[in-house]
Formats: sequence, C-alpha cells, structure tokens
Amino acid sequence: MYELRAVEKKFPGVHALKSVDFKIARGEIVGLVGENGAGKSTLMKVIYGAYQPDGGQILIDGKAVRFANPRQAMEKGIGMVFQEQSLIPNLTVMENIFLGYQEQFTRLGVIDWKAMAAAARKQLAKVKLDIDPRMVTSALSFAQRQLVELAKVLTLEERVEGDLVILLDEPTSVLNKEEVALLFKLVRELTSRASFIFVSHRMDEVMDLSDRIYVMKDGQVMDVLARGQAEAPEIQRKMVGRDIDREYYREQKQVPYDADKVLLELSGVGISGRIEDISLKLHAGEVLCLVGTEGSGREAILRTIFGMVQPAEGEVRIDGAVQPRLTPGSAVARGVGYVPRERKIEGIVSGMNVYENMTLSQLGRYSSWGVLAVGREKALARDWIAKLKIKAHSEYADCGNLSGGNQQKVVLAKWRSGGSRIVLLDHPTRGLDIGAKEDVYDMIREMSADGVGVVLVADTLEEAIGLSHTIVVLKDGAIQHVFDCRPGAKPSLFDLLHHMI
Amino acid sequence: MGGILSRENIIRWAALLVLLALIALFTALNPAFLSQRNLARIAIAAAPAMMVALGVTFVIVMGSIDLSMEGAVSLAAVLFCLLFVKLGGALLPWGWLAVPVIVLFGAFYGMLTGLVHVRLKIPSFMASLAMGFVGTGAAVMITGGEIVRIGDSTFRMLLTWRILGYPLMVYVAIACIFVALFIQKHTVLGRNFYAIGGGEELAHASGVNVRAVRIAGFALAGAFYAIGAIFQVAKLGQAEAATGANFMFVSITSVVVGGVALWGGVGGVWNAVVGVLIVNVIANGMVVIGLPNFLQDGVLGVLVILAVVLATDRRAVAFVK
Repeated sequence: MYELRAVEKKFPGVHALKSVDFKIARGEIVGLVGENGAGKSTLMKVIYGAYQPDGGQILIDGKAVRFANPRQAMEKGIGMVFQEQSLIPNLTVMENIFLGYQEQFTRLGVIDWKAMAAAARKQLAKVKLDIDPRMVTSALSFAQRQLVELAKVLTLEERVEGDLVILLDEPTSVLNKEEVALLFKLVRELTSRASFIFVSHRMDEVMDLSDRIYVMKDGQVMDVLARGQAEAPEIQRKMVGRDIDREYYREQKQVPYDADKVLLELSGVGISGRIEDISLKLHAGEVLCLVGTEGSGREAILRTIFGMVQPAEGEVRIDGAVQPRLTPGSAVARGVGYVPRERKIEGIVSGMNVYENMTLSQLGRYSSWGVLAVGREKALARDWIAKLKIKAHSEYADCGNLSGGNQQKVVLAKWRSGGSRIVLLDHPTRGLDIGAKEDVYDMIREMSADGVGVVLVADTLEEAIGLSHTIVVLKDGAIQHVFDCRPGAKPSLFDLLHHMI
Repeated sequence: MGGILSRENIIRWAALLVLLALIALFTALNPAFLSQRNLARIAIAAAPAMMVALGVTFVIVMGSIDLSMEGAVSLAAVLFCLLFVKLGGALLPWGWLAVPVIVLFGAFYGMLTGLVHVRLKIPSFMASLAMGFVGTGAAVMITGGEIVRIGDSTFRMLLTWRILGYPLMVYVAIACIFVALFIQKHTVLGRNFYAIGGGEELAHASGVNVRAVRIAGFALAGAFYAIGAIFQVAKLGQAEAATGANFMFVSITSVVVGGVALWGGVGGVWNAVVGVLIVNVIANGMVVIGLPNFLQDGVLGVLVILAVVLATDRRAVAFVK
C-alpha cells in the first residue's frame, strides 16, 4: 500500500539514507529500530513529508507521489505522532485536535464551538479517552496528551480518502507500564483503521507490538524480521553489528562498597504531596538506584539532595554534617554533582565549547580573583576527551554539535573532574544508543571503584538491577522496599514490580 | 557545515565587512570622509556611545535586556558635574575623586536595576525601562531642569589633548574596550554571562548562582554607563537631565548591528565595537555626503532590521513573538 523504493537522502558530509526499501501493508504495524544516527529519524521525516528524498520513489497504492511538506503528506493519509508532544498547552483539547483545520466549523470566520466540541468528542472516542474537549490541554496527564495527539492524527480518517499510515515516534517514553499496555491495546484495535510505523528505543516494546521489524544501521536497512523470527539479542546484534555480551551491565566490575563511610544520609525527608519520610544512606562506592513509576518521587529525592527543592521535614546530611539550607551552589561545593534527564536543557550549554562546559560547575577552581586560567581549562578538557574517548575534534568543539552519547560524557566529565563524590544520575542513558550506553555503564563502574557514591534513576528496570548495589523501590512518594543487589544475588524484575505497583 | 561560509564565521566577520564597505562607499562619494580630522570626529562621537554599548552587551549576552541607559547616563552625568564642582571644580587636587565615585555609583544604580529585575521577578526590559525613567526624573529633580557646567581645562583635556591627532578620550575608550574584552574572555563573571545566556537552567544545575550573576551583569553595565556619562560631560563640558537622550536607540542598535544575538549567548564585545563604529560611520557619512539630518534615524532603523534578519538562523526559530 505504502512503499519506498531505493530512497536516498544526503546531507553535507552524511549519507543519511542509502537505497532504502520500505513497505507497509494495510492494517500492519511495522517496527523501526536502529542506533542513534542509523537514519531512523531521517527515514521518518521522508515518510511524513518533512524531507524530500534525493533519489528513489515514494509509492502509494503503486502510484508515485511527492510531498513538498508534511501537510501534503497528511492529505494523502500520512500522519505523525511526535515524540516531543506537539500539542499547544494553553489551547483546549478540541482546538488542538483541529488546529489548522478549523474551516469546517467556521462560518464567515466565526467558529461554531459546539460543532467542534461534538466532532472532537467523536475523535476522542476513537482513542477511548473520556475527557471534556473544552479542557485546557495543560491540565491533562502525559498519557492523556499522547492519546489526544493520536486522536488528532486520526482526524485524517474523515479528511482523507484511502488508507492511513500513522507514525509513532517514541510514544512510550513518558508513559508508565500500564499506560504503555493501554496504548498498545488501542493501537492494535486501530489497525482496522490505519497502519502504524512504531519507533522506539525499547526493544521489548517493539517486539511486542510489531508485525514486522525493520532494522537500520548506517542509513541502510540491515534486515526485515517478521514477528517471532528473532530474539532481542539477535536484533541488537544486527543494530550494532556486534554482540551484546552477558556482561552488558559490567557486573564483573561491581565491587563491594565501603559500608563504614556514609557520604549522604537522608532522614525522614518529606515534601508535601511529593515524598514522605524518606530515609536512606549512600556509602562511598555505592550505586544506589531509585526505582518507581513516573511520579513516585524519584526526581523529588534527587532534586532535594541537589538543593533545588527544600524539604519541609527531615534532614539531609552530607559527610555527617546537617545541611539546613542547601542550594545547588552549596551542594556543588560539598561535592554533589547532578546529571539531569533533559540533557539539552540542563546538561550542556550548546554554543559553549567542551572546556567551557566542563569547568562550568568549578570555575572557582580554574580562576583566581575571578580571572580564569584558560590554559588549565583546556588541558583538563584535552585530558578528559582522551580519557573518555569523547568524539570531538578538539576542546574547542561546540557541545551542541556532539552526539547525545558524547554530550553525556562531557557532562559526566564535568562532575568527575570537579571531584564530585556524590553523583546524581537521572536517566543517564536515555536516548543513547547501545554503544554509548556501555560507555556510560563503564564510567559508573569506574566512579564507584573510585569511591564515588552514585544515586541513579535508571532508564529501565534491567539497567537498575544490573548496575546497582542497592535498590530502593518507591511508590507514591514513600519507600516500599530496599533490595541488596550483590552480584549473583540480584532481585528479579518481578521482585521489583511487585513492590512498585 | 564548517567552511568559510559557516554561520559562526558570518556572524564574526560580516559586521566588519559591512563597516569596511561603508567606509569605502563614503570615501568614494567624498574623499574628505577618510581625512584624519573626520575620523577623529567619528571617534569622539563614538566614544560615549561605545561605553554604553559595551555595558549593554553584557546584559544582552545574558539573554536579558537593559533599557535604563538614558536615565543612568543623565543621572550619572549630572551627579558627576555637581560632585566635581563640589570637590573644587578642578581635576587637581580633589576633582578626580568624582570619577571613581561616579563609576561606583553607576554600578550601584545598575545593581538596583538588577535587584528589581531578579528579586521582584519583573522582566528585565520592564524593570530597566522603569529604572531609566527613575534616573531621568532624579536628574531633573536634582538640577531643577538647569544645566550644570564644568570649565576645568585639565578635565577637558580628555577632549582637547590630542595624541597623533586623536583626543585622549579615544585612547581611554580603547583601554576600556580591552577591559571589557578581558572581562568577557578571562573572568568567571564573563563565562557565567555566556552560560546563562546559553542555558539558564543548566547554569543553575551546575551550581552557578544565576541571580547573583544577573545582578552583577546589570551592575557592570551600570559602571560602563557611568564611564559613558563622564565622556559625554568631557565632550560637552556640561550636563543636564537630557544628557542621556538618544543613547538607548544608538547603543542597542549598535550591539545588534554588530551581531550580538538578542536571545543571549552569542556575540560579544568585539561585535559591539564594530556595531558602534558602523552606526557612527553611517551617521557621520550621511552628513559628509550631505544627506538631510532627519533621514538618519530612519536609516538606522532599517539597519537594525537588516542586521537581525542577517544574523538570525530562521530555520532554527520558526516563529518569534
């Protein structure tokens, strides 16, 4: 039904798509996997009309078509559900659903809100979302917004003759387990109305949902696998071209922590509505993992330790000393480092180069009387670029142009070079490809071998189990259970899930 | 990407090329433009505006905007004259004291603007605009609308003593440019301006005290405004509540024309210097080739729009508000 034949796309210096063939049949769900930079997003942009291919053909029902922009693609039934949610938060749900297509409800420029609300309700029913379409979008949960976005794309059904192809770009990244299950159920039901292209970093989800999986690497389709034809390790091997061994999480490098040396202690910490009565200890060399669903209080704990929020109750002790009024500034001064989830917003300053980013948290150390020692800064950056094998042409490289994995290395180098002894990692591997993930795991192991205490919020439960010495399971802001995770005696997924939900 | 025509290179060198092209154009139209006397005239006209532009550059690099310069310059100029007269009316033995005092006052005034902006959480354009009016008002109140004069010939040497044909003021201005460059490149404060302009959240998460840096940025700007005010007094030999008039448009025009991005993090002192020279060359050149006076503001306005159009990566910012 929808087909790409030998599609090519080149950018200056990059051959992003090399003769890609792609096919999707009516009612089919096709998974698309590949490392960062494998060409997935370029392929998607070609499909929904944001990029025009340099060579090859796009065929719909055997007829060649060409899209100058996404709107033209939409008119042929191709819709995109964006990863970064593209709803406008201060508009109502129905305005968002019909944004750009209000004419059907207008007469002489005046909008018939009742008709729009009725039509919006009809769309929301398709995704089984029972909300008032007059609600302001910002009042919805992430999961609800995702569904509204899907409903918005499904309006194509009424507008377009012929079949729909809907792209889902990392739709599950902000959803919890149950929400994911609901979404998948819905997508399967909707295959009676549309075909889906599903892109995700989470291999298990892709394998669960897709009828066929396209594996991409270096701008090429490496393989197309039908459901049940391959196991996750095999697909991953095709993605990276090498084996992900059993030592993926570097378990052999996990050494016992120093139980006598408490770096950080929370006792009875509470913030109304977020967390309550949180008590935990972080020892030198320990990787302590906070596990829980979105909103279970993991983030609030990290932010409390870093002084970004003040606890209403309880105490935070660093090296045994009570910290009554912790700010990010004083936390850094006491050896706390924070690697936030939003790398682009809180991780690196794009526009600043590598050495400027690395010393940002420790300018005091690289200056006297407010005057910078730029030579020493550069030496430090060169040192860490070599040590962590950061792919940057030099210490002058703009961090905004580095890949996600290399940006993350710069952020970690920033804290490690500053001598941080307590490092808070919030989803440090989110959005990284497998190779870059392994580098991050290596760094975590090295840090803990050096006696650094790490508080980790992991991207997946497997990662949490693999990496940690201790797992603290949270639910609704309270600690449910604490697991000891010595190698060989690690808890199973089920053990954790049991306490999470 | 990369290459000679990369955005970075265009931003860095385009303004300078425009400056050279303008000089060539005006010289072709009237060779007298390139005479040493005329160049000195441009330099004198540019010196006070240069100081104000340097000050506001730091604020703009932080991603804020400062519109208080007119009031700040007027108030600093008036206070400088009054203090100078009070200290004996001559540079020696005690009149010189007015210089550091007024520069400190400028910093204090800027700090107040910063405090209003940061502590009361008022957007910087509004906080500084209001503080600017406060300054103009205070200057009127202090002088009662009168003009305050300084006749001291030693102080006026800033204008009258010429080395190689250029007055002393020009050399002091160049020294100030180097101070500003040093602050930008070699101090923690300068680095932090760029960090905040490039990613405020991130600077915060790296333990940078964002509020303090913002306030310091406004204070630094205020100090440069005060130096600009002192130059203006040296140039005119007097001060009044209207001494600061016109500095806002000229300085911000210059900074933007020079290639400092209004959303912060991009550009710097070098761009401001080139921008100020462009604006002054145009103003002077239009006089030299005999264009009517009233056209100047219009031309400058068009220039700002052109500069922003050229410097903005419109593929990156689809819509602006």
